[in-house]
Amino acid sequence: MIVVKNLHKTFDNEIEVLKGVDQHIKPGEKVVIVGPSGSGKSTFLRCLNLLEQPTQGEIWFDGQLINAKNVDIDKIRARMGMVFQHFNLFSHKTVLQNITLAPIKLKLLSPEEANNNALQLLRRVGLEDKADAYPSQISGGQKQRIAIVRSLAMNPKVMLFDEPTSALDPEMVGEVLDVMKELADSGMTMAVVTHEMGFAREIATRVLFMDDGKILEEAPPKEFFSNPKNPRLKEFLSKII
Amino acid sequence: MSFIVKFINNFADSFSEKFYQNLISENRWQLVIKGLLITLEVTFFAVLLGIAIGFVIAIIRSTYDTTLKPGILLRILNGISKVYLTVVRGTPVIIQLLIVYFVIFASVDVNKVVAAVIAFGINSGAYVAEIVRSGIMSVDKGQLEAGRSLGLNYFQTMTTIILPQALKNILPALGNEFIVLLKETSVSGYIALMDLTKAADTIRSRTYEAFFPLLTAAFVYLILVMILSAGVTRLERWLRKSDRR
Ligand SMILES: Nc1ncnc2c1ncn2[C@@H]1O[C@H](COP(=O)(O)OP(=O)(O)OP(=O)(O)O)[C@@H](O)[C@H]1O
Ligand SMILES: [Mg+2]
Repeated sequence: MIVVKNLHKTFDNEIEVLKGVDQHIKPGEKVVIVGPSGSGKSTFLRCLNLLEQPTQGEIWFDGQLINAKNVDIDKIRARMGMVFQHFNLFSHKTVLQNITLAPIKLKLLSPEEANNNALQLLRRVGLEDKADAYPSQISGGQKQRIAIVRSLAMNPKVMLFDEPTSALDPEMVGEVLDVMKELADSGMTMAVVTHEMGFAREIATRVLFMDDGKILEEAPPKEFFSNPKNPRLKEFLSKII
Repeated sequence: MSFIVKFINNFADSFSEKFYQNLISENRWQLVIKGLLITLEVTFFAVLLGIAIGFVIAIIRSTYDTTLKPGILLRILNGISKVYLTVVRGTPVIIQLLIVYFVIFASVDVNKVVAAVIAFGINSGAYVAEIVRSGIMSVDKGQLEAGRSLGLNYFQTMTTIILPQALKNILPALGNEFIVLLKETSVSGYIALMDLTKAADTIRSRTYEAFFPLLTAAFVYLILVMILSAGVTRLERWLRKSDRR
């Protein structure tokens, strides 16, 4: 579904953050990306939907080279959901409006269809009573669940998560992970950057270890955690577990 | 001391007489009212024009700033915007007013109010553009990313997500711009437009009496500014409350 070939990213400050990443994320896969801070995990994820422009390499989505000229990136992004660490709900819109804004604006659904769809999604995450609340009136965990639902309202083929629980109070992490697990069970293709190793063990089909702009190791979670090979990964795991 | 006492006595003696002479006789107060209405008219429409120009310039500038490889059209628009900002902020408003009226509209018989609105609107636009730009920058970067990641294009994200939030943040600053402009229009007399200041000055030249007409004008400006400032303060308070909603 997503194929990444020799991805390099250098920011304006000449620091090379991604130093050649190759990946193939297949339909239905749940890829979890872990690694130390500053290793390039967010940059990698943001290159997948071109929030960051790769300096070199190819990103293929659904058989299409998307970092080529004359690609309508907005059409591509509409089929790729993204969930951010800081939720990024539209603070001047109600929860319901947050969810219906893009489908209506992009004329994918009529306002009525969008509302019904949004309410159904809200019910799925147990937040239908918050439909008319503003983001400032709800908790962080609720915000993140809404943010996930907002992406789902676009009916995406893949969902990207960049540390979706890192900004949450500990007691709220569970409710967000539960929604993500349910999403994983429903067959969604997912790429998740997280520090939640329990989550990785439970739902990942493959875990990637990223360090210094490269993927140093990748394996199914069982092998990844019980039998790490790369010394840097061993050190990383010993620090966090 | 005696000088002051004498001054006050003289002042009280002639107060009612001068009041009559400067404001009542020959219906001079009507001149003041008419001038006030022209001042308000010019200010109001100049602010509207300034806001329109300011938004367009601000959007061009911030689009240019956030676009990795700006196209030729965007580069040209950004260049024009920069020249506009530099020229307008680098020259006195009186010169701009005179140029609009005597140079640009030299061969056309244009209404003086229209000329003043255009001149002050163009002038105000440069300052509004900076206000709007700071408003756009005050909106969290994540809002733009969230909008773009949902498949909205830059323009859609700007108009439905960024600008509404920016506008809310800058409403008080726009109110203050209105106040600044209200006072700035007092140079309209340079193109012989009978605004509040020019009206007062006209009375002065007829009655050979400076005190009353000029202080009347000053008083009216002051009242207007105080009312507007109070409005801006209430607006700020209301906005702060709605943030905690
Ligand atoms: N827009 C940018 N401009 C310049 N440098 C950047 C930019 N974004 C990220 N970087 C740098 O790139 C490196 C990798 O950043 P990235 O956010 O991808 O790391 P990360 O693995 O997600 O880290 P964390 O776990 O802290 O989120 C860091 O050194 C960071 O300072
Ligand atoms: Mg990160």
